[in-house]
Order: sequence, then structure tokens, then C-alpha cells
Amino acid sequence: MNYLEIKNVSKSYGAKKVLDDISISVPQQSIYGLLGPNGAGKTTLIRIINQITMPDTGQVLLDGKPLSPNDVEIIGYLPEERGLYKKMKVGEQAVYLAQLKGMDRKEADRKLRHWFVKFGITEWWDKKVEELSKGMQQKVQFIVTVIHEPKLIIFDEPFSGFDPVNVNLLKNEILELRDNGATILFSTHNMASVEELCDNIMLINKGVKVLEGKVCDIKQQYKSHTYEMAVRPSVGGIKMPEGHAILAMDNDGNGNIHITVQSENPNALVRDILDEGELISYNEILPSMNDIFINLVTKNSSNS
Amino acid sequence: MKIGIIIQREYLTRVKKKSFLIITFLTPILFAALMFLPSVLMLNSEKLEGKKVIAVCDESGMFKGRFEDTDANSFIYPDQDIHDLKALVKEGIYDGVLYIPATQFSVPSDAELYSREPMPVTLTSHIRSNMEETIEHQKLLASGIDPDIVKSAMATTITLQTVRMDEVNGEEVEKKSFGEFEMILGLFLAMLIYFAIFLFGSQVMRGVIEEKTNRIIEVLICSVKPFELMMGKIIGIALVGLTQFVLWIVLSLGIYTVATMAAGTPDLLSNGTVMSEQIVDAQQITEGDEIIKEVMDVVQSINFSAILWSFLLYFIGGYLLYAAMFAATSSACDNETDTQQFTLPISAPLIIAIVCSTAIANAPNSGLSVWLSMIPFTSPVAMMLRIPYGVPYWQVGLSLAILVLTFIVFTWLAAKIYRTGILMYGKKTSWKEILKWLRY
Repeated sequence: MNYLEIKNVSKSYGAKKVLDDISISVPQQSIYGLLGPNGAGKTTLIRIINQITMPDTGQVLLDGKPLSPNDVEIIGYLPEERGLYKKMKVGEQAVYLAQLKGMDRKEADRKLRHWFVKFGITEWWDKKVEELSKGMQQKVQFIVTVIHEPKLIIFDEPFSGFDPVNVNLLKNEILELRDNGATILFSTHNMASVEELCDNIMLINKGVKVLEGKVCDIKQQYKSHTYEMAVRPSVGGIKMPEGHAILAMDNDGNGNIHITVQSENPNALVRDILDEGELISYNEILPSMNDIFINLVTKNSSNS
Repeated sequence: MKIGIIIQREYLTRVKKKSFLIITFLTPILFAALMFLPSVLMLNSEKLEGKKVIAVCDESGMFKGRFEDTDANSFIYPDQDIHDLKALVKEGIYDGVLYIPATQFSVPSDAELYSREPMPVTLTSHIRSNMEETIEHQKLLASGIDPDIVKSAMATTITLQTVRMDEVNGEEVEKKSFGEFEMILGLFLAMLIYFAIFLFGSQVMRGVIEEKTNRIIEVLICSVKPFELMMGKIIGIALVGLTQFVLWIVLSLGIYTVATMAAGTPDLLSNGTVMSEQIVDAQQITEGDEIIKEVMDVVQSINFSAILWSFLLYFIGGYLLYAAMFAATSSACDNETDTQQFTLPISAPLIIAIVCSTAIANAPNSGLSVWLSMIPFTSPVAMMLRIPYGVPYWQVGLSLAILVLTFIVFTWLAAKIYRTGILMYGKKTSWKEILKWLRY
């Protein structure tokens, strides 16, 4: 079942078309990646889901129903450009932001203290924000985003400004949120995190949807039939069978030969190779999301 | 209600600041000090320096015994020539020597005062007036006129009482007025409302810019509507302003009461005036008292609660109108320096009203005055200038109605600009661009 559905959404600012007939479906309790270069229209799309801007045409459905003003209380949003009041105390500010999300003051206070313990920042409760390090502020912001237990959480570049240790902490939190029932929309350039976290992705460029689907399906779709194998030759060298494009071949110094090869008929290739020596390893090389992303975006911009 | 939560934050963060407390408590004290310290200090300055002894070297022989001793100075008439006396001044025996050279045919018209230290203005003017009186006296005697007759003739004073005839509930009412007092009160109120609108208007501006530069705006805007955010800020700061005014009034009354009790006189204002009048001679003190009595009459005839209420209403109306405009334009800017290109054109009407203030106060019922007190952009200042003289109720009502209506329209427009502006970064915005946002 799809928790969030965007149907044929278009948006223009003056003569500039920022979103052109975008439709996406985000299954419940999944992590959905929104990818695209700068200026592709990701932020506008996110703002439409948050009801900050209205679409010119099209519709956004949340849990099967059109968006209503009260839905802000079941959405959590961590914007890319995020900040806090510098002169305000951390705890006080977090309570204020939670109250704006419709929480009751006491409940917000109780839950926030729980999260502060979890993130190990209890002693910062009465400090002013300007005394906090950047990473510390990011933690506070993350907590504020999820404090009201939103059913849909939107993260825009959540890992920027975090050190690797905290990136890991955050990833685990995101996965935990999903396992507890939240649906997560994830906008990023960080392709490594996309492969690690996302179940589905959409690639958007210049307001147009370029690609959508399950991460594993997309990888299959864009595979280049490239294989890597290591062979220990039986006599001296090996004679490569005909009809396969050899991309790279070198000796690793231990008597093993590593071959990268592109082939339409890998079974035949393996059969022929077995005659030449001992097959030590055999792997299909799937394209990384990064490669697919760059490939599609550059192709896309050279077309237009 | 989310707007309530926003108002609460905007209000509390400002009121809890140290600077708010300092300004609130120091301003009335500073103000009182500015009013009364100069006269107190002037009175005491001569005493601080000690009594001055002036030797008079009168070669004309007309002035012996003619100089009156005061608290600060005494005059002696030694039989020595000017060179010896100058030497004595150098040695510090006398503080100064007044040299009046002999004249052959006419009465003396000039004199010299030698001293090692600068002589206070009060002393030199005292000497001059004593000399003038003496010579006048001599001249009158020489012409065969009794100086006492002239003195009593010169002492005639006229008090012109302006009385305004008014009709209240069909009854004729006569009100004493004292133009200068009403003018000063009006100018004071106008300046106060002008500064208050700018002070709190610029706080709105800074608040909007702060949220933009902090980048907290996008976090806020996904929880609340831009309109709620803008109005919450404007109302919160308005409450800060009102709190400040109320505290100022309470504190001023407090200081007034304490000072009155300490001075042991019924009225500090008249007391202060009397003190400064004491420098002049005794006859004028009674004159001063009369003026004060008249001022008190007028003060009692002025309807202070009406002034207070209209001040508060015009402050709220004018502030809301200008704050909405400030919020809209500052939402288009990334930092405070960028706001300047918008601040001046917006605040121009208020500045014009201040420029016209003396003209309005001089002729509170002229066409200019009435029009400026109707136009909503100038009415808060212009009406404050007219209120002390008394303004027909229908005019105040109409002007307030126009102000409220304009404020509603402008808030609606400002909200549209604000909604787009707060999410715009990095672009230097022009007026044209802002007007375009109205249609988004």
C-alpha cells in the first residue's frame, strides 16, 4: 500500500517550469530516495508535500486522502537549510518547536528529555544554541524533526554536517524509525547512503522524472553485463575465448590473472575459461547508483 | 492556537532580555534627571566654586556702593590704583578687579574686569546690569525725572488669557488654554509615537531577518502558516511595546510621588521652575508663580485620559501598519544592510509628518493638519500634535477607522509578500520583484 502518492504535479514560477507532471508512489513503511542534481526541483516538491507551496496542477495524497492543513502534525521535515534561534536555550527551543507541531508542553518536555538521553546531550538542555557545535545542533534538529512521532518523515540531505560516527548513529535511527512504522522520504546527493538505505528511488532532473523504481531493479536494468573473474592458468598464459569484450586484464603477482570482461553470453565465457585454468572467483559487476546518476543526468542534459 | 504559542515566544524572549529591563528602568530616571538636574546644578555651581571677592577701582566715582553683594560675590572699594589692585589679583588676595576708567564729558560706557580665572556669566551680567541701573538712575535724575516713577511705570505686566469657547452636550463651556503648553505636550507625544513606531517596527524587521539568516524559517514554516508566523511576531512585539509604556507610566508616577514626598512640596514641576527662577530677582518669583498657577489650570483642563487612550490606540494602529510593511520588505532581504533600500521609502510619510509638526502644532485645525491626521501613514504623528488642543470626536473616529482599514489591507498584502520572501535566498530583491510576488 502506498502511504504517499503524488499525482501529476506541476509547478511554475513565472515562465520557469520547476516541476513538470511529476508522479511518485511511496509505499508505507519504506525509505524512498529523491535524487537529482541541484536545481532539479527536489526542494519544490518537498515544499509542496509540506504545504509550504501549492502545486499549479496535480494532487498529493497522504494515506489515500488529499493533504489537509492538519497533516503538518503527522509530517516531520528536516530541511537542507536548517537552523535554530541562536540566543535561545536548547531545551526551551525544542519544546517550542514541538509545540508548533501540535504537541502539548508537558508531553513535549518528557519525550524530549528521553531523546536527549538517547543522544547523550542531556547536559546541553540549558545551554544556548550558539554555544553548541555544528554537529550538536544537527542532533537537536534531528530530534525536533521526529519528536512528534510523524508518520511521514522528510529528510533533505540529513547527513551534511555530521562526522562518520554520527552518520552511522543517524542511519540506525532512520532505520529504526522505519521499522517502527514511519514512511521516509529521503532527498540527497549522497549515493552511497541511497544504496544502503533506500528501498525505492526517483531520479529527477530539470523538473522532469527521469527514473523511478526499486533500487535492485534499477541496478539490474542498468547493468552493463560486466564480469570480473580471477583465473589461475594451467600452463603459462591463457588464451581468451573469442567474442567477448575484454576491458582489463592483469597479473596480480601471485600467478593469478584478473580479467574484467563484458559479455552477452557469460555461461559460454565461463565454460571456455575453465579449459584454460582454475577459476578462482567470478562476479557480476553491477553499476553503482552514482554511475547511473551521473550517466543519466549528463545524457539528459546533452539531449536538451 | 499556534499563533498564541508564537506570540508567547516573541514576547517572552524580548521581555526576559537584560536590555529590556535596563531600558525600561533607566529611561524614566534618565528623563527625570534631564528635566531637573540642569537647574539644580546651575543653582549650586556658584556655591561649589566659593564666594568671589571683586575689588572695584572706580575712577569715575559714580559707582561706589552701587554693586549689590550676592551669595556668590561680594564687592569692596579699596583706595588703590589699578596697578596695585592688579598685582593683588595676581597674588590671589582678590578674585578680580573691576576697572571703570574716568570719562571727562559723558557718563562711563565701558569697564574692564581683570581676573586670573574665568568669571562666571552670572557675575558679569550682574555687574553689567548694576552699572546700567546706576547710569540710568543718574541720567533720569539729570533730566529732572523721579527714577521711582519710571520704575513703577516699567513694572507693568499684561497677562493675556486665551479662552476657547466650546460646546459640550449642548452646554457652552469655556476652556482656558495656554498655547505653549499644549504645543510642547503635542510635540512630545508626536516624537514619542514616532520613535516608538520605529523602535518596535525595526524589532519586527530584525526578527524576520534573524529567522531568515538562522535558516530556522523553513523548520517553522512546515509547522505553521507564514501568516501566523508574521502576525505572531508583530503582535508579540506590540505587547512588548505596550508593556514598556505601562511600566514607564507606572515608574514615572512612582518617581513623581517619591520625589514629591522628598521635596515636601505639592508639586515638583512648579518647584523645579521656581528653583530656576530664583536666579532672577525676587519680584519675578511671584510672576513665575502666577505663570505656574495658570499652567496648572490648563493642565487640569486637559483631558489626560483621552490623550493616553488616543496615544495607545494610535501607537497600536500606526505600529501595526508600519510593522506589516517592515515585515514584508525585510522578508525579501538576506541581511540587515539590505533592508535600508526599503526602509527609507516606507518611513518617508512618518518623517514628513515630523517635518510638518511645528506647522501642525501652530495651526491644529488648518487644512494641512486635518488632512495629515486623516492619512493613515501620517495620522499617528499628526493626531498626537492636535490631540492636546482638543479634536472633534468624529475626526478621531474617522481617522482611526481609516487607519484600521489600511492596516488590514496592508497586512493582507504584506502576508503575500512575506510568504514568498522568506524562502528566497541570495537574490538582491528589487521593488519590482516584490510587487510581482503579490500575484504568486
